[in-house]
Amino acid sequence: MLTRRIIPCLDVTGGRVVKGVRFLDLRDAGDPVEIAERYDHEGADELAFLDITASSDGRDTMTEVVRRTAERVFMPLTVGGGIRVIDDIRRMLNAGADKVSINTAAVERPDFVREAAERFGSQCTVVAVDARRVPGEERWELFTHGGRRPTGIDAVEWGVKMEMAGAGEILLTSMDRDGTRDGYDIALTRAMSDALSIPVIASGGVGNLEHLYEGFTDGGASACLAASIFHFRESTIREAKEYLKKRGVPVRL
Amino acid sequence: MIAIIDYGMGNLRSLQKGFEKIGAEAVITSEPDTVASAGKIVLPGVGAFRDCMRNLAEGGFVKPLLDAIAAGKPFLGICLGMQMLFTDSSEFGLHRGLGVIPGHVRRFPENMIEDGKRLKVPHMGWNQIRLLGDNPLFQGIDEGSDLYFVHSFYVIPDDPGVIAAKTVYGIEFCSALCKGNIFATQFHPEKSQETGLRMLKNFAAI
Repeated sequence: MLTRRIIPCLDVTGGRVVKGVRFLDLRDAGDPVEIAERYDHEGADELAFLDITASSDGRDTMTEVVRRTAERVFMPLTVGGGIRVIDDIRRMLNAGADKVSINTAAVERPDFVREAAERFGSQCTVVAVDARRVPGEERWELFTHGGRRPTGIDAVEWGVKMEMAGAGEILLTSMDRDGTRDGYDIALTRAMSDALSIPVIASGGVGNLEHLYEGFTDGGASACLAASIFHFRESTIREAKEYLKKRGVPVRL
Repeated sequence: MIAIIDYGMGNLRSLQKGFEKIGAEAVITSEPDTVASAGKIVLPGVGAFRDCMRNLAEGGFVKPLLDAIAAGKPFLGICLGMQMLFTDSSEFGLHRGLGVIPGHVRRFPENMIEDGKRLKVPHMGWNQIRLLGDNPLFQGIDEGSDLYFVHSFYVIPDDPGVIAAKTVYGIEFCSALCKGNIFATQFHPEKSQETGLRMLKNFAAI
């Protein structure tokens, strides 16, 4: 049986992992390769790197981080942030990434996702959907530019459109929950998962292991992404998986 | 020396580093001549069947590969590199493969249900293999081991005797095969941590 995936996410800038709340108050939190190796030993199913630097020299640094990680860690690696043209994807794949996640560039030019999927395959084309609930309604708006810019586009409709364009997976982040530790936006996750036939990765808001369980069961997510709880060693990935297994979620141990 | 065929599809670096990690020498090559001089051959591949076959042909690899396989050189096909061994694939229309293993490549059915839930396609993530028969690639690999998969199509060999492992995702499909010097896996050993590295080591030792 296909197991549900746990994906630790590392925010990277200037070649270092940083932690903050909503990109503010960033603190140095270690070497990405060392942290990736730790997660590897703990049994992570995949790794995600989010490049939170916007500048082009920052991207070269990121490529180097991917290159060094891929030498040491043999599991699927997704890189997001600043992927805007086909050459960005090629560079990351050549460095050893398996998937890239595309956010702003997909909205600015939806054909980019189609071109990426045709050139490199759907399996490596992840579309990152950053969504915020429309106040008082059961729908969500798509945001770009690291969650700063509203688009007026319905997030779930956008997910459907991206699946049709060739996306192999949706990385769904609730902007309302990100950094709050209140748990995933389950209604959002469920709405997206039900609307799509490709896997949905839940992201944003994990504060405890129960939240992971809810993401898989109530939310219908194929994978759960989390940063802080693993990063600050509140739980190891192994502990998270043992907990999920005990509650009947199929995981790889 | 192990030659990893580079025909412009996907991440080959992990594969090379995987072999390096287990102490085997592997080179990434886009030169068809290297296929003739290599001791072993690995054909990776991600993306679409049609594009992979086209790139393989344009790179001048088809005949050297067929010759090397016929000469009995150990060969490992991974993911699309497995699928391309077959007669044809129905991905984006019907396309001919290398025809080394008689059989077909087909998409997972629509609306597969497991535990009352509709299964997502692609089949993406870690799933278990059930081993069939004896096979040097699986030396020291436990029954039910988890391997990393990412694919929407799967192979159906005409001769079930070549099936080396099966996996269940809505349906039960052939997740690895072995026929003489030919080995192939639908999963990615280079992305499957210790279990996958052990398979690369086994292949290097054949």
